Amino acid sequence: MMNLLRLIGGRTASAPVARERLQILLAHERGLRGQPELLGLLRAEILAVVSRHVVLDPEKVVVRMERGKHVSTLEVDIEVPNGFERSLAAAS
Amino acid sequence: MAKVLVVTSGKGGVGKTTSTAALGAALAQMGEKVAVIDFDVGLRNLDLVMGAERRVVFDLINVVQGVAKLSQALIRDKRLENLWLLPASQTRDKDALTDEGVGRVIADLRANFDWILCDSPAGIERGATLAMRYADEAIIVTNPEVSSVRDSDRIIGMLDSKTVKAERGERVEKHVLITRYDSARAARGEMLAIDDILEILATPLLGIIPESQDVLRASNVGSPVTLNNAASAPARAYMDAVRRLMGETVSMMVPVERKGLMNRLLRRRAA
Repeated sequence: MMNLLRLIGGRTASAPVARERLQILLAHERGLRGQPELLGLLRAEILAVVSRHVVLDPEKVVVRMERGKHVSTLEVDIEVPNGFERSLAAAS
Repeated sequence: MAKVLVVTSGKGGVGKTTSTAALGAALAQMGEKVAVIDFDVGLRNLDLVMGAERRVVFDLINVVQGVAKLSQALIRDKRLENLWLLPASQTRDKDALTDEGVGRVIADLRANFDWILCDSPAGIERGATLAMRYADEAIIVTNPEVSSVRDSDRIIGMLDSKTVKAERGERVEKHVLITRYDSARAARGEMLAIDDILEILATPLLGIIPESQDVLRASNVGSPVTLNNAASAPARAYMDAVRRLMGETVSMMVPVERKGLMNRLLRRRAA
Protein backbone atom coordinates (compact mmCIF):
# COMPACT_ATOMS: atom_id res chain seq x y z
CA MET A 1 0.00 0.00 0.00
CA MET A 2 2.76 2.35 1.01
CA ASN A 3 4.69 1.47 -2.15
CA LEU A 4 1.64 2.12 -4.25
CA LEU A 5 1.17 5.52 -2.64
CA ARG A 6 4.82 6.19 -3.15
CA LEU A 7 4.47 5.43 -6.87
CA ILE A 8 1.46 7.68 -7.24
CA GLY A 9 2.81 10.48 -5.11
CA GLY A 10 6.36 10.17 -6.39
CA ARG A 11 7.48 10.93 -2.84
CA THR A 12 8.50 8.86 0.13
CA ALA A 13 6.09 8.80 3.06
CA SER A 14 7.94 10.57 5.84
CA ALA A 15 5.51 9.83 8.69
CA PRO A 16 6.96 6.35 9.43
CA VAL A 17 10.39 7.96 9.79
CA ALA A 18 8.94 10.56 12.19
CA ARG A 19 7.31 7.82 14.22
CA GLU A 20 10.47 5.77 14.51
CA ARG A 21 12.65 8.74 15.41
CA LEU A 22 10.20 9.80 18.11
CA GLN A 23 9.97 6.32 19.61
CA ILE A 24 13.73 6.05 19.94
CA LEU A 25 14.17 9.59 21.26
CA LEU A 26 11.38 9.39 23.81
CA ALA A 27 12.48 6.01 25.13
CA HIS A 28 15.80 7.66 25.85
CA GLU A 29 14.38 10.88 27.32
CA ARG A 30 11.94 9.07 29.58
CA GLY A 31 14.89 7.13 30.93
CA LEU A 32 16.70 10.31 31.79
CA ARG A 33 13.71 11.83 33.56
CA GLY A 34 14.41 12.26 37.24
CA GLN A 35 17.63 10.34 36.90
CA PRO A 36 20.17 13.03 37.82
CA GLU A 37 18.68 13.29 41.31
CA LEU A 38 18.59 9.53 41.75
CA LEU A 39 22.18 9.01 40.64
CA GLY A 40 23.44 11.91 42.77
CA LEU A 41 21.70 10.46 45.79
CA LEU A 42 23.00 6.95 45.16
CA ARG A 43 26.51 8.25 44.68
CA ALA A 44 26.45 10.27 47.91
CA GLU A 45 25.09 7.38 49.97
CA ILE A 46 27.46 4.80 48.48
CA LEU A 47 30.35 7.15 49.14
CA ALA A 48 29.27 7.62 52.76
CA VAL A 49 28.97 3.88 53.42
CA VAL A 50 32.25 2.90 51.81
CA SER A 51 34.09 5.84 53.43
CA ARG A 52 33.27 4.44 56.82
CA HIS A 53 35.69 1.62 56.14
CA VAL A 54 37.98 2.77 53.39
CA VAL A 55 39.77 6.04 52.66
CA LEU A 56 38.41 7.18 49.29
CA ASP A 57 38.90 9.97 46.83
CA PRO A 58 35.29 11.16 46.25
CA GLU A 59 36.20 11.98 42.64
CA LYS A 60 36.94 8.32 41.99
CA VAL A 61 33.40 7.14 42.69
CA VAL A 62 31.41 6.81 39.49
CA VAL A 63 27.76 5.76 39.44
CA ARG A 64 26.25 5.14 36.04
CA MET A 65 22.92 3.84 34.85
CA GLU A 66 22.34 2.20 31.50
CA ARG A 67 18.78 1.81 30.32
CA GLY A 68 18.10 -1.21 28.20
CA LYS A 69 14.87 -2.16 26.52
CA HIS A 70 13.95 -4.75 29.15
CA VAL A 71 16.40 -4.28 32.03
CA SER A 72 18.59 -1.47 33.22
CA THR A 73 21.97 -1.84 34.85
CA LEU A 74 23.44 0.21 37.65
CA GLU A 75 27.19 0.40 37.45
CA VAL A 76 29.20 1.50 40.48
CA ASP A 77 32.87 2.06 39.84
CA ILE A 78 35.00 2.89 42.89
CA GLU A 79 38.70 3.30 42.54
CA VAL A 80 40.51 2.30 45.71
CA PRO A 81 44.17 3.18 46.33
CA ASN A 82 46.55 0.37 47.29
CA GLY A 83 47.10 0.02 51.01
CA PHE A 84 43.67 1.49 51.48
CA GLU A 85 42.61 -0.13 54.70
CA ARG A 86 41.75 2.43 57.25
CA SER A 87 43.28 0.62 60.13
CA LEU A 88 40.26 -0.79 61.86
CA ALA A 89 42.63 -2.60 64.16
CA ALA A 90 44.11 0.70 65.24
CA ALA A 91 40.69 2.16 65.76
CA SER A 92 39.45 -0.70 67.87
CA MET B 1 -18.25 19.46 41.87
CA ALA B 2 -16.05 21.92 40.00
CA LYS B 3 -13.42 20.55 37.69
CA VAL B 4 -10.11 22.26 37.06
CA LEU B 5 -8.68 21.58 33.63
CA VAL B 6 -5.31 22.70 32.33
CA VAL B 7 -4.85 23.19 28.59
CA THR B 8 -1.14 22.67 28.02
CA SER B 9 1.42 21.50 25.45
CA GLY B 10 5.00 22.51 26.16
CA LYS B 11 5.43 23.72 22.60
CA GLY B 12 4.14 27.12 21.54
CA GLY B 13 1.80 27.83 18.67
CA VAL B 14 -0.01 24.50 18.69
CA GLY B 15 -3.41 25.97 19.59
CA LYS B 16 -3.68 26.09 23.39
CA THR B 17 -5.37 29.49 23.54
CA THR B 18 -7.66 28.81 20.58
CA SER B 19 -8.62 25.48 22.15
CA THR B 20 -9.19 26.99 25.60
CA ALA B 21 -11.54 29.58 24.10
CA ALA B 22 -13.37 27.01 21.97
CA LEU B 23 -13.72 24.41 24.74
CA GLY B 24 -14.72 27.02 27.31
CA ALA B 25 -17.37 28.44 25.01
CA ALA B 26 -18.59 24.96 24.05
CA LEU B 27 -19.02 23.99 27.72
CA ALA B 28 -20.91 27.24 28.33
CA GLN B 29 -23.05 26.60 25.25
CA MET B 30 -24.06 23.32 26.88
CA GLY B 31 -25.23 25.20 29.96
CA GLU B 32 -22.19 24.74 32.20
CA LYS B 33 -20.81 27.64 34.20
CA VAL B 34 -17.26 28.18 33.02
CA ALA B 35 -14.26 30.33 33.96
CA VAL B 36 -11.25 30.46 31.66
CA ILE B 37 -7.97 31.74 33.11
CA ASP B 38 -5.06 33.05 31.08
CA PHE B 39 -1.77 32.03 32.74
CA ASP B 40 0.43 33.55 30.06
CA VAL B 41 1.59 36.49 32.15
CA GLY B 42 3.25 39.16 30.02
CA LEU B 43 1.95 37.67 26.77
CA ARG B 44 -1.77 37.46 27.32
CA ASN B 45 -3.90 36.54 24.33
CA LEU B 46 -6.95 34.70 25.57
CA ASP B 47 -8.70 38.07 25.97
CA LEU B 48 -8.00 38.86 22.32
CA VAL B 49 -9.11 35.48 20.99
CA MET B 50 -12.33 35.80 23.01
CA GLY B 51 -12.97 39.39 21.94
CA ALA B 52 -12.68 40.87 25.43
CA GLU B 53 -9.40 42.76 25.00
CA ARG B 54 -10.99 46.17 25.52
CA ARG B 55 -12.78 45.16 28.69
CA VAL B 56 -9.77 44.12 30.79
CA VAL B 57 -9.48 46.18 33.97
CA PHE B 58 -7.97 43.87 36.58
CA ASP B 59 -6.08 40.65 36.02
CA LEU B 60 -4.94 37.40 37.64
CA ILE B 61 -1.89 39.03 39.26
CA ASN B 62 -4.01 41.80 40.79
CA VAL B 63 -6.20 39.11 42.35
CA VAL B 64 -3.25 36.97 43.48
CA GLN B 65 -1.70 40.01 45.17
CA GLY B 66 -4.96 41.14 46.74
CA VAL B 67 -5.14 44.41 44.76
CA ALA B 68 -8.49 43.43 43.25
CA LYS B 69 -11.27 41.06 44.19
CA LEU B 70 -11.88 38.04 42.00
CA SER B 71 -15.35 39.37 41.15
CA GLN B 72 -13.79 42.63 39.91
CA ALA B 73 -11.31 40.88 37.64
CA LEU B 74 -13.66 38.34 36.06
CA ILE B 75 -15.03 39.46 32.68
CA ARG B 76 -18.38 38.08 31.64
CA ASP B 77 -18.66 37.06 27.99
CA LYS B 78 -21.01 39.25 25.97
CA ARG B 79 -22.52 36.34 24.06
CA LEU B 80 -22.65 33.60 26.68
CA GLU B 81 -23.78 34.55 30.16
CA ASN B 82 -22.24 31.39 31.72
CA LEU B 83 -18.76 32.15 30.42
CA TRP B 84 -16.22 34.24 32.32
CA LEU B 85 -12.62 35.19 31.64
CA LEU B 86 -9.85 35.91 34.12
CA PRO B 87 -7.18 37.65 32.03
CA ALA B 88 -3.42 37.57 32.55
CA SER B 89 -1.40 40.68 33.25
CA GLN B 90 0.28 42.21 30.23
CA THR B 91 2.78 44.36 32.11
CA ARG B 92 4.00 42.15 34.95
CA ASP B 93 6.10 39.02 34.63
CA LYS B 94 5.41 35.48 35.68
CA ASP B 95 7.41 35.78 38.90
CA ALA B 96 4.54 37.82 40.32
CA LEU B 97 2.52 34.59 40.45
CA THR B 98 2.84 32.60 43.65
CA ASP B 99 1.84 29.02 44.31
CA GLU B 100 -0.32 29.98 47.31
CA GLY B 101 -1.90 32.90 45.46
CA VAL B 102 -2.88 30.74 42.50
CA GLY B 103 -4.15 28.10 44.91
CA ARG B 104 -6.41 30.66 46.59
CA VAL B 105 -7.82 31.93 43.27
CA ILE B 106 -8.51 28.38 42.07
CA ALA B 107 -10.20 27.48 45.38
CA ASP B 108 -12.45 30.58 45.12
CA LEU B 109 -13.35 29.72 41.52
CA ARG B 110 -14.13 26.12 42.47
CA ALA B 111 -16.85 27.38 44.78
CA ASN B 112 -18.57 29.33 41.98
CA PHE B 113 -18.05 27.48 38.72
CA ASP B 114 -18.59 24.05 37.17
CA TRP B 115 -15.45 24.19 35.06
CA ILE B 116 -12.22 26.13 35.41
CA LEU B 117 -10.01 26.05 32.31
CA CYS B 118 -6.40 27.13 32.77
CA ASP B 119 -4.72 28.26 29.55
CA SER B 120 -1.05 27.45 30.07
CA PRO B 121 1.80 29.42 28.53
CA ALA B 122 4.27 27.53 26.35
CA GLY B 123 7.43 26.18 27.93
CA ILE B 124 8.05 24.40 31.22
CA GLU B 125 8.77 27.41 33.41
CA ARG B 126 6.86 28.89 36.33
CA GLY B 127 3.78 30.02 34.36
CA ALA B 128 3.31 26.56 32.89
CA THR B 129 3.92 24.71 36.15
CA LEU B 130 1.50 26.97 38.04
CA ALA B 131 -1.16 26.56 35.34
CA MET B 132 -1.09 22.78 35.84
CA ARG B 133 -0.45 22.85 39.59
CA TYR B 134 -4.05 22.51 40.81
CA ALA B 135 -5.51 20.67 37.82
CA ASP B 136 -7.83 17.68 38.14
CA GLU B 137 -7.57 16.94 34.43
CA ALA B 138 -5.25 17.96 31.64
CA ILE B 139 -5.74 18.50 27.95
CA ILE B 140 -2.48 18.14 26.08
CA VAL B 141 -2.76 19.98 22.78
CA THR B 142 -0.58 18.25 20.19
CA ASN B 143 0.09 18.86 16.50
CA PRO B 144 0.91 15.85 14.32
CA GLU B 145 4.53 16.88 14.16
CA VAL B 146 7.67 15.51 15.85
CA SER B 147 8.61 18.52 18.00
CA SER B 148 5.08 18.91 19.33
CA VAL B 149 4.81 15.21 20.23
CA ARG B 150 8.17 15.30 21.99
CA ASP B 151 7.17 18.33 24.06
CA SER B 152 3.81 16.76 24.89
CA ASP B 153 5.64 13.75 26.27
CA ARG B 154 7.70 16.03 28.48
CA ILE B 155 4.58 17.80 29.74
CA ILE B 156 2.92 14.47 30.49
CA GLY B 157 5.92 13.64 32.67
CA MET B 158 5.45 16.92 34.55
CA LEU B 159 1.72 16.35 35.01
CA ASP B 160 2.60 13.03 36.64
CA SER B 161 5.10 14.57 39.05
CA LYS B 162 4.68 18.31 39.64
CA THR B 163 0.94 18.70 40.25
CA VAL B 164 -0.74 18.76 43.65
CA LYS B 165 -2.64 15.60 42.68
CA ALA B 166 0.56 13.78 41.72
CA GLU B 167 2.21 14.80 44.98
CA ARG B 168 -0.75 13.34 46.88
CA GLY B 169 -0.28 10.08 45.00
CA GLU B 170 -3.37 10.66 42.85
CA ARG B 171 -3.46 10.94 39.08
CA VAL B 172 -4.27 13.92 36.92
CA GLU B 173 -6.57 12.55 34.23
CA LYS B 174 -4.92 13.30 30.90
CA HIS B 175 -6.35 13.67 27.40
CA VAL B 176 -4.64 14.37 24.10
CA LEU B 177 -6.30 16.88 21.79
CA ILE B 178 -4.83 16.74 18.30
CA THR B 179 -5.10 20.02 16.45
CA ARG B 180 -4.27 21.13 12.90
CA TYR B 181 -4.87 17.63 11.63
CA ASP B 182 -4.95 17.10 7.88
CA SER B 183 -6.43 13.69 7.16
CA ALA B 184 -5.45 13.78 3.48
CA ARG B 185 -1.81 14.35 4.32
CA ALA B 186 -1.91 11.71 7.04
CA ALA B 187 -3.40 9.23 4.55
CA ARG B 188 -0.52 9.93 2.18
CA GLY B 189 1.96 9.21 4.95
CA GLU B 190 3.16 12.79 5.08
CA MET B 191 1.86 13.45 8.56
CA LEU B 192 2.02 11.41 11.75
CA ALA B 193 -1.13 9.31 12.06
CA ILE B 194 -3.44 9.61 15.07
CA ASP B 195 -2.70 6.05 16.18
CA ASP B 196 1.04 6.70 16.06
CA ILE B 197 0.71 9.78 18.26
CA LEU B 198 -1.52 8.01 20.77
CA GLU B 199 0.74 4.99 20.91
CA ILE B 200 3.81 7.13 21.49
CA LEU B 201 2.17 9.29 24.16
CA ALA B 202 0.20 6.40 25.72
CA THR B 203 -2.61 8.83 26.55
CA PRO B 204 -6.27 8.66 25.49
CA LEU B 205 -7.64 10.89 22.76
CA LEU B 206 -10.13 13.66 23.53
CA GLY B 207 -10.64 14.88 19.99
CA ILE B 208 -9.22 15.62 16.57
CA ILE B 209 -9.47 19.21 15.38
CA PRO B 210 -8.96 19.45 11.63
CA GLU B 211 -6.80 22.12 10.05
CA SER B 212 -9.30 24.76 8.98
CA GLN B 213 -9.68 28.34 7.81
CA ASP B 214 -12.50 28.73 10.30
CA VAL B 215 -10.10 28.71 13.24
CA LEU B 216 -8.19 31.75 11.99
CA ARG B 217 -11.39 33.44 10.92
CA ALA B 218 -12.81 33.04 14.43
CA SER B 219 -9.74 34.46 16.16
CA ASN B 220 -9.65 37.34 13.66
CA VAL B 221 -13.04 38.47 14.86
CA GLY B 222 -12.48 37.60 18.53
CA SER B 223 -15.04 34.85 18.81
CA PRO B 224 -14.47 31.22 19.88
CA VAL B 225 -14.90 29.00 16.81
CA THR B 226 -17.80 27.10 18.39
CA LEU B 227 -19.71 30.38 18.56
CA ASN B 228 -18.49 32.00 15.40
CA ASN B 229 -19.38 29.14 13.10
CA ALA B 230 -20.98 26.29 15.02
CA ALA B 231 -21.49 24.24 11.85
CA SER B 232 -17.82 24.35 10.83
CA ALA B 233 -15.66 21.23 11.06
CA PRO B 234 -13.43 22.49 13.92
CA ALA B 235 -16.46 23.72 15.91
CA ARG B 236 -18.12 20.32 15.63
CA ALA B 237 -14.87 18.65 16.68
CA TYR B 238 -14.59 20.88 19.76
CA MET B 239 -18.24 20.22 20.61
CA ASP B 240 -17.60 16.46 20.44
CA ALA B 241 -14.54 16.86 22.64
CA VAL B 242 -16.60 18.71 25.24
CA ARG B 243 -19.28 15.99 25.23
CA ARG B 244 -16.52 13.48 25.95
CA LEU B 245 -15.25 15.66 28.80
CA MET B 246 -18.76 15.60 30.22
CA GLY B 247 -18.75 11.83 30.17
CA GLU B 248 -20.69 11.13 26.99
CA THR B 249 -19.50 8.49 24.57
CA VAL B 250 -19.12 10.13 21.18
CA SER B 251 -17.65 8.18 18.28
CA MET B 252 -14.32 9.56 17.16
CA MET B 253 -14.18 10.90 13.65
CA VAL B 254 -12.42 13.67 11.86
CA PRO B 255 -15.04 16.22 10.86
CA VAL B 256 -14.39 17.32 7.31
CA GLU B 257 -14.95 20.63 5.62
CA ARG B 258 -18.01 20.92 3.49
CA LYS B 259 -16.55 22.40 0.36
CA GLY B 260 -19.34 23.47 -1.93
CA LEU B 261 -18.44 26.30 -4.28
CA MET B 262 -21.40 28.42 -3.22
CA ASN B 263 -20.66 27.67 0.39
CA ARG B 264 -17.11 28.90 -0.10
CA LEU B 265 -18.14 32.09 -1.83
CA LEU B 266 -20.74 32.86 0.79
CA ARG B 267 -18.36 32.19 3.64
CA ARG B 268 -15.67 34.33 2.11
CA ARG B 269 -18.06 37.22 1.87
CA ALA B 270 -19.33 36.60 5.38
CA ALA B 271 -15.85 36.71 6.84
